[in-house]
Amino acid sequence: MAYILIFITAIFVNNVVLSQFLGICPFLGVSKKVETASGMAAAVAFVLVIATIVTYLIQIYLLDAFGLGYLQTIAFILVIAALVQMVEIILKKVSPSLYQALGVFLPLITTNCCILGVTIQVASGTYAAPGLEYNLLTGVVYALCTALGFGLALIIFAGLREQLARVAVPKGVQGMSIALITAGLLAMAFMGFSGVNNGLQKLFGIE
Amino acid sequence: MNYLKVLFNGIVKENPTFVLLLGMCPTLGTTSSAINGMSMGLATMAVLIFSNLIISLIKKLIPDMVRIPAFIVVIASLVTILQMLIKAYAPEIDKSLGLFIPLIVVNCIILGRAEAFAAKNNPVASIFDGIGMGLGFTLALTLLGGVRELLGTGHVFGLELFSDSYGALVFVLAPGAFIALGYLIAIINKIKG
Repeated sequence: MAYILIFITAIFVNNVVLSQFLGICPFLGVSKKVETASGMAAAVAFVLVIATIVTYLIQIYLLDAFGLGYLQTIAFILVIAALVQMVEIILKKVSPSLYQALGVFLPLITTNCCILGVTIQVASGTYAAPGLEYNLLTGVVYALCTALGFGLALIIFAGLREQLARVAVPKGVQGMSIALITAGLLAMAFMGFSGVNNGLQKLFGIE
Repeated sequence: MNYLKVLFNGIVKENPTFVLLLGMCPTLGTTSSAINGMSMGLATMAVLIFSNLIISLIKKLIPDMVRIPAFIVVIASLVTILQMLIKAYAPEIDKSLGLFIPLIVVNCIILGRAEAFAAKNNPVASIFDGIGMGLGFTLALTLLGGVRELLGTGHVFGLELFSDSYGALVFVLAPGAFIALGYLIAIINKIKG
């Protein structure tokens, strides 16, 4: 039950883009077409889960074990950058078709703050998971659900922008301006989910 | 090179937020009030000035192949120092900005300026570019924070302009960030002609 709660909370209530403001750059940058948006969403999900596992292990067995907690930011960003390169090389060799689909998006992911943000949240245990202990499994579930939330927001937004390209927009708000206002309306729609997590928490009897 | 021109380039002509549209995560995430926006802007500016200076000093020592990772290490070290300083001397700022302080590392403005300006120019010009871009970012964040705080709560920098009960709380919450920034960009586009 607690996993269902993480699922609902991470995707709808605390959506990574629309309520936590992580990963805005790809959200605004690669959301012109649904097709590229889906590719980006898949690449983020893939890298985010792997990065969460690796950085969590590094945090526990390297940084915490040797009292190097202050190196967290440097260690994580280097690990993520190296990981993205590695994933790219491995994918190219193992699954050329998947590489074809995700290839262009992989280098962009290093500077996607949603990856660094979520790995820091998981490693320092500040993500919301009532009724569950902080461990690798809940961390990975949280990361995966966050990535799904990112994908959902990105694909809905791309769909909206595809429609937006067909209508006459007033000259003053053309371009990024109308995109941001649309994103605001989408965020408002997602605000409708706020409080759902508290209700579910009561329903499942989780303190 | 005219240093004043470099300085104003960042504030007006190539304003990182309103014109280049870089660093959107902290722009939207930390501007729930004017003071939060300003502290985020100043924190980013501090990192930007020093990263520009250090990178323009060591640019000849770094092989071209490992340029980007080297820049990231420099920036991440500076952010770590800043994070420790803020934790020690301004715990309230640390609380209100939270996760967005370590995320300065992945702010595209900093890496972008390192690559586009500091790696090609001398240290003094790089410092001026850092100050200009940093000021442009700080001004944009303070403006956005001020607008959101005013529309949401009737306060600016905690100073009451009209009563709380007339404020539209949605501007302090997530949707208001997108909408306020969208209209600000439209207004600035109009002013620029």
